[in-house]
Amino acid sequence: MPTRLLWPLAAAVLGLLAIASLMIGAASFESGQTSAETLLWVSRVPRTAAAILTGAALAVSGVVMQQIVRNRFVEPATAGTPEAAAAGLLAVTLIAPGAPIWVKMAVAALAALGGAVLFAALIRRLPAREVFLVPLAGLILAGVIGAGVTFVAWETDLLQYVSVWLMSGEFSGVIAGRYELLWIAGAAAALAWFAADRFAILGLGPEAATALGLNPRAVLRLGLGVVALVTAMVVVSVGMFPFVGLILPNLVTRVMGDNLRAALPVVALGGAIFVLGCDILGRVLIHPYEIPAGTIVGVLGALAFLWLLWRGDRDAG
Amino acid sequence: MIEISGLSHSIRGTQILAPTTLTLPAGQITALIGPNGAGKSTLSRLIARIEAPPAGTVRVNGLDVATTHGGRLARELAFMGQHTGLASRLRVGELVAFGRWPHCHGRPGAADRAAVAQALQDFELEPLAKRFLDTLSGGQAQRAHLAMAAAQETPWLILDEPLNNLDLAHARALMAYLARLRDGGRSVLIVLHDLNFAAGWADHVVAMKGGAVVAEGTPHEVLTAPALSALYETEIAVATHGERPLVLHHLP
Amino acid sequence: MRARGWVALGVLCAGVVALWLFQGLSGNVGFVLSLRLGKLAALVLVAASVGMATVLFQTVAQNRILTPSIMGFDALYLLVQSLALASLGISGFVGLPAGPKFLIETALMAGLAVALFGALLGRAGGRDIGRTILSGVILGVLFRSGATLVMRLLDPNANAVVQAVSFANFSRPSVETTLWAACLALPAMALALTLGPRLDVLVLGRERAVSLGLPHRAMVLVTLGIVAVLTASATALVGPVAFFGLIVAGLAHSLAPGARHRSLLLLAAGLAAVGLIGGQWAFERVLGLKATLSLVIEFAGGVLFLTLLMRGKIR
Repeated sequence: MPTRLLWPLAAAVLGLLAIASLMIGAASFESGQTSAETLLWVSRVPRTAAAILTGAALAVSGVVMQQIVRNRFVEPATAGTPEAAAAGLLAVTLIAPGAPIWVKMAVAALAALGGAVLFAALIRRLPAREVFLVPLAGLILAGVIGAGVTFVAWETDLLQYVSVWLMSGEFSGVIAGRYELLWIAGAAAALAWFAADRFAILGLGPEAATALGLNPRAVLRLGLGVVALVTAMVVVSVGMFPFVGLILPNLVTRVMGDNLRAALPVVALGGAIFVLGCDILGRVLIHPYEIPAGTIVGVLGALAFLWLLWRGDRDAG
Repeated sequence: MIEISGLSHSIRGTQILAPTTLTLPAGQITALIGPNGAGKSTLSRLIARIEAPPAGTVRVNGLDVATTHGGRLARELAFMGQHTGLASRLRVGELVAFGRWPHCHGRPGAADRAAVAQALQDFELEPLAKRFLDTLSGGQAQRAHLAMAAAQETPWLILDEPLNNLDLAHARALMAYLARLRDGGRSVLIVLHDLNFAAGWADHVVAMKGGAVVAEGTPHEVLTAPALSALYETEIAVATHGERPLVLHHLP
Repeated sequence: MRARGWVALGVLCAGVVALWLFQGLSGNVGFVLSLRLGKLAALVLVAASVGMATVLFQTVAQNRILTPSIMGFDALYLLVQSLALASLGISGFVGLPAGPKFLIETALMAGLAVALFGALLGRAGGRDIGRTILSGVILGVLFRSGATLVMRLLDPNANAVVQAVSFANFSRPSVETTLWAACLALPAMALALTLGPRLDVLVLGRERAVSLGLPHRAMVLVTLGIVAVLTASATALVGPVAFFGLIVAGLAHSLAPGARHRSLLLLAAGLAAVGLIGGQWAFERVLGLKATLSLVIEFAGGVLFLTLLMRGKIR
């Protein structure tokens, strides 16, 4: 069966990209400015790990959100969750600038949770059966929260801060000691894999979930938690990457179907490949300068999303 | 046995189900009939705790639906609603396997695999097992969802208009399948629109109208010309065919 | 009743203009007045462009919640701008006088917009409106990311450009840009008003327009062209204003005495001018805020948009 070969293949591609990522960068191993070992362990390895964790976690959080709102065209990054996390961070920065880092992270995660809950509540009130209105409502909600955050940041001279979180994400600032929160995002994504069957059942609708003895609200809470945790950690560490959680789940489930326990690892690998690939591309395009990975993700992701929208498949409508 | 007492339901002040007290016998096929808006779906959804009852109690084999853990209930009754038309990218076999979730929680054993294989066979789905749900016709998808409920292998099976989208042969096969379950000691509650399926297969018939139960009993007791004509407010005749009533609506 | 409404709008316009020009006037009166006049002209031009462009676009799309900027028109202008920069090279580009530069960009952008959105609206029509809107929004993201990408490729440190791509700035317009924008926007507005009666037919939908003998396709393309020119002018002056048009067009539709496009267009332009001048005055001189008014507009417009969605006003 070809789909069985998918994940070893994806793993192999990711392995090659990771090796490439360890070799490519502004500083070269031969120049002797820094020892090769330091360069590798302080900069290249953390950067590669950060890109892989970000891509995998975002792709998985996309699947989770698509299952809990039962719409293939949403993901946290285009539904206002990152903006909500940024709002939380901004608030804690303004109110308690000296708060320890874990407090800031917790507030960001809680705010992201609030944003995700708000989105879920919002779309429940949308006219039923309007497939494309759900993502649209998400984009507008993101715009509203984003405008509020930017306004406050502008007035309080924190715009520089906020744009790091909300503008296209990048990995050039990643060094050892400044990306480790992403492991929490990775752990949340792994948790989602253990609950994969529950999310798949919830995707059949609350009615079917109840009939199978599942508490739909409990699964919903778990899903929102995963989404919030992943988004908050990614936003705080490297900024936001749109479309990763949208494109990969759609492409993978098109081939493999919604059996999430089988599909999730491939989705995660695909997300890691996409983000790491874009980061490498950003490093080589105008070497020795860099283009943020998020910018490349935005361009390629938007193109891919348009293709998904218009490919004329029946499950689009 | 399902014991319903004082069960009622209203949405925004409009009463959908008047306070109802009813006992559904075990080991029988009970057909729930009535015109559109009679409250049949509501009653079956309340019994299957798809909607939480605002008042009254439902006991399935002695378990209070409102207080029993959902996972426990899912081993006591299986439910199939009308919303089966979702465009999911699950394969048929995977969907049916989810019917075993209440028993194995995603770690299927030999018994679970056997139940899934049996359900696929019972609903003639073996050739479709690897197909995606969103590539199926309405009738095929309907059978897939029925097979999922069947794979749950529960003492009670509650089906809300399961004949939707099924052609005559598959509808008949479903009723025969339910009769086999009944003969094996299991119980079925089925919401039906086609009265002759109720007349031909049910052991017990419950008639509803305007959110209340208006009659119950054997097919011969409930499916009479005067009762049906009043129930549907149109002229209906009833003949006898073999030992069963035969409902006629093409009067001269 | 109608006449009184127009008089009221006129008085309101005159009021905010007077407020803008003469409030707190001191020091070198002549100099301050000329500064304020220049900015006033830019604000009026932007307001009228955005208001009219939105009404026109909603007519073509047969939908009350679409705006050119939701559909990515302004982002397209920014992309064209950066592409022009890329093809001419920074030195060649800076060497060009502002006028021809603006004309070339607008022409390019209008051509692209007519081709792209003509195809998009023609294909989905009013039927699959959700997908059409979503495509437009995503196109907007694509253009914006594309503009950023092109800028980064040209100049790795182009952080300023990224900011300009993201927010409108109403303090930006120069007198020269205003003049050139006016040269394009005013004829476009005049054309739209001349076409008024035809637009009244266009809004009935393709079938009825065709059966009434209107060259439907040509009308759609011309209208999209006008929308593109107006949006380009506004974007060149202040940058993207996401939801301003939505609010203005919504107000115009609810206040208009009928569905006649001439009055709709004028009303939208007038309301937009009052809102923008009044808002900017309050922002700059009363509240003394540093942020840009466009953020407030985006916030309020977004909330309005979501409310419209909830109420099922999209169909």
